[in-house]
Amino acid sequence: MNIESISLSGRKKMVSNKEMTFLEKMYLVAIIKGLFITIKHLFRRKVTIQYPEQVREMSPVYRGQHQLKRDEEGRENCTACGLCALSCPAEAITMKAEERKADEKHLYREEKYASIYEINMLRCIFCGLCEEACPKDAIYLTTSKVLVPASYEREDFIFGKDKLVMPLDVAIRNAQLKNAN
Amino acid sequence: MKVTIDGQEIEVAPGTTILQAARMIGGESVPPAMCYYSKLEGSGGKCRCCLVEVAKGSEADPRPMPKLMASCVTGCQDGMEVNSKSSERVTEARKSVTEFLLINHPLDCPVCDQAGECDLQNLSFKHGKSETRFIEEKRTFEPEDIGPNIQLHMNRCILCYRCVMVADQLTDNRVHGVMDRGDHSNISTCISKAIDNEFSGNMIDVCPVGALTDKTFRFKSRVWFSKPYDAHRNCPTCSGKTTVWMFGDEIQRVTGRKDEFHEVDEFICNGCRFDHKDPKDWVIEGPRKFEKDSVINQNKYNRKLEPVHIATEDKILKGREEDRKKISMVKIPLSKEEEDEFKKGNL
Repeated sequence: MNIESISLSGRKKMVSNKEMTFLEKMYLVAIIKGLFITIKHLFRRKVTIQYPEQVREMSPVYRGQHQLKRDEEGRENCTACGLCALSCPAEAITMKAEERKADEKHLYREEKYASIYEINMLRCIFCGLCEEACPKDAIYLTTSKVLVPASYEREDFIFGKDKLVMPLDVAIRNAQLKNAN
Repeated sequence: MKVTIDGQEIEVAPGTTILQAARMIGGESVPPAMCYYSKLEGSGGKCRCCLVEVAKGSEADPRPMPKLMASCVTGCQDGMEVNSKSSERVTEARKSVTEFLLINHPLDCPVCDQAGECDLQNLSFKHGKSETRFIEEKRTFEPEDIGPNIQLHMNRCILCYRCVMVADQLTDNRVHGVMDRGDHSNISTCISKAIDNEFSGNMIDVCPVGALTDKTFRFKSRVWFSKPYDAHRNCPTCSGKTTVWMFGDEIQRVTGRKDEFHEVDEFICNGCRFDHKDPKDWVIEGPRKFEKDSVINQNKYNRKLEPVHIATEDKILKGREEDRKKISMVKIPLSKEEEDEFKKGNL
């Protein structure tokens, strides 16, 4: 027995180039066979959904749509250290740092803050490495079941601080919840 | 004189210190140094990071030295045997020294401009613990303005005295120094004077931590985001050989060229460092290379990329000879060298 005739996978098939008979050349049997498969699927359960009207249920552990956190006093945690951008495998994050002014102490927690913080949602792969790299607990992938909304413009997918920073009222509510406990 | 460091023999001239001998060998057995700077006279012996074990004093007196020695200030003797990386005692001692240095050092690497090229960061990465045992409050100082170009963060200082030696040996009158004693000792100028000497900017380069940083670069970028290039200009006061850190067309900062031990090759003047931020002022020589595991190398592709050569897959990778013809931009011919490489299938 030689190696060519052994089927290691068990799926080896011999292919032949034998001439078809007249009946086979008519393809009648083949067409009926194919139609039968099509009709069979008409009565089966559908696997697709009508997307924009119907939405699939998200997994309870779904993490998407980043948020830049504020602390209990409502100050932004992010200090623009650049570690999220460094760890990002898709190179989706860019930022620009600025020095905090004396009258901005209630806005930013550290001496330095991100004046521009942008995530390109077309590039982001939601791997969560930014969250893991962050030394200040600033960036999080939220459990909100929001996907990146569809749009016609590429610019709309570059999320700036206006879309990423945690709203102030959420921060206030978090602080109240923490105090209550 | 013959010295053995971690089992590696080297012939050195009399008067060489153990640290210098270890640096000649290079590699893993080079002790870390926070205060020693080969270009500054009298530096070393303060930080105790470079402690090594002398297993055999010399050929004449083969007894081992009872205590660990600071390798930057201990001279080599003929037949000396030194254990640096191979000694358990040394590793333990370096761990303790790192812990001591970090007692008063604030954990503000995310804010600090030195992060990424900081000696203390490297040291604690290699020898430090991930948690702290220090529960007391860290020593803090009032922020002080020491001039228009240099930013002083006294909280980060580890009192290595390098900047004092730069001011002593490079500039003609020193206006700053270490004030007070013990826990209160701090770098300060005499009666709030501004440091404005033409070579004072070198303090930034010699500072092993982020205590002295460039004010013109303050919070502009992180070191690993800008691209370092070797550049030179015709400077009347210094050699003009620098590293420029660029982001796009913008020069974000200018530093001296640092070697593998993070020491500058040549000190540069403040004119080059702070005032010439126009790319037109500089002749760019090429990308600056850093050690393999430096964070500065992130997202930069300045290493030469060799094609992978697997003998059995030669045909698959390079294709058949008859298929090899230029398809894109046929009108533009390849240069001679390019054509050879192209024929071999490397382009």
